[in-house]
Amino acid sequence: MSISHHISDDLLLSYAAGSLAEGWSIAVATHLALCPSCRHRLAVAESVGGGLLETMEDDASVQSSVDQSWADVRSRLQQQDREAPAIRETSVGRGGGLPEPLRSYVGGDFETLKWRPLGRGAYQIPIKTEDRETMVRLLRIPAGKPVPEHSHGGRELTLVLAGSFHDGTGLFARGDLEDADASLTHQPVATPEADCICLAVTDAPLKFRSWIMRAIQPLLGI
Amino acid sequence: MSRRIGVDDGSDMRELLCAVGARRDIDAYERLFRHFAPRVKAYMAKSGGNSQQAEELMQETMIAVWNKAGRFDPSKGAVSTWIFAIARNLRIDAYRRERRPEFDPSDPAFVPDDAAPADTELDVREASEQLHHAIAALPAEQASMLKLSFFEDQSHSAIAARLNLPLGTVKSRMRLAFDKLRASLARAGDVS
Repeated sequence: MSISHHISDDLLLSYAAGSLAEGWSIAVATHLALCPSCRHRLAVAESVGGGLLETMEDDASVQSSVDQSWADVRSRLQQQDREAPAIRETSVGRGGGLPEPLRSYVGGDFETLKWRPLGRGAYQIPIKTEDRETMVRLLRIPAGKPVPEHSHGGRELTLVLAGSFHDGTGLFARGDLEDADASLTHQPVATPEADCICLAVTDAPLKFRSWIMRAIQPLLGI
Repeated sequence: MSRRIGVDDGSDMRELLCAVGARRDIDAYERLFRHFAPRVKAYMAKSGGNSQQAEELMQETMIAVWNKAGRFDPSKGAVSTWIFAIARNLRIDAYRRERRPEFDPSDPAFVPDDAAPADTELDVREASEQLHHAIAALPAEQASMLKLSFFEDQSHSAIAARLNLPLGTVKSRMRLAFDKLRASLARAGDVS
């Protein structure tokens, strides 16, 4: 199965630069875990960072202190080597499930998730991050059922992890990333064979078209 | 080996870092340190810290370089890129107090490369030379935008606000710059 919806240059560059907020970065990094071709593009973007680091001009005031810095670091290394060397933890996971880094964020794999009902057979799990500009959640849409139609106050990234959905713009399956902005009003519908589980990152509460949905939106917390 | 070690030669940086990884070679490490420490410190200073914070973060970065040198893979990219990534992650942690979400190649759910032919070290070396030339040749407006994004921890919308430009213009200039740099790597034999 190959992925057909990829990370935009804009997101990829921001992620490589380190200027992308944590919430968006979870979606980007989890897509990268599933997508070798985007990892190639990331390598290019990171080498831009390396190239720019090389061009960093040597500031005379910084340069004059490099002897002192070197002395500090050398003594820190000697100190560290006298202490027990740090053992790197190895990650133990199980195949085919939620990829890292997402699995650590939700604290488990598919079968241990604690879903909260969202109404109409849909479920969610909110995911906590340290940034203030995004809302991150795992969504489970029942097989064959639509997500309530909505447009966006801002950007929404949706990464499919299990099952698939289609909307006006195409079919999205495991690994596919949909990048929607405020101009897109769409009606995602889970395909009938299985529930669709996806990661949704938004930068503003979703605006539902129907006034009823708008009215209960605060209660649902979405 | 009687080869002269030039501080600006990326291929020699690679040999130095491999020597640190393989043999804990402190002399090789010192040469790396003297080349990269001022650059990493300038990077840390640009992204918002004071001089003392920048010094601390630089030292953290360079100590991580010593500790992780054994994991550097010269066929994957340039030393400057590898050090940039370490510095960037420490910066995010220190200044933004956020985690840096990253994929984990040892994760069973990770989808590995489909037997793509590994780039040779020569390819990587050529590619990084090409890239340096291409960065130097970028139009000033594109170069300054890339620098704002990579060095000053500015989101694309913050850059747009600061330069008083529409967000779409920032994104398209950024994309133009990236396309040019990517094309320069493609010419160097990179498959992307």
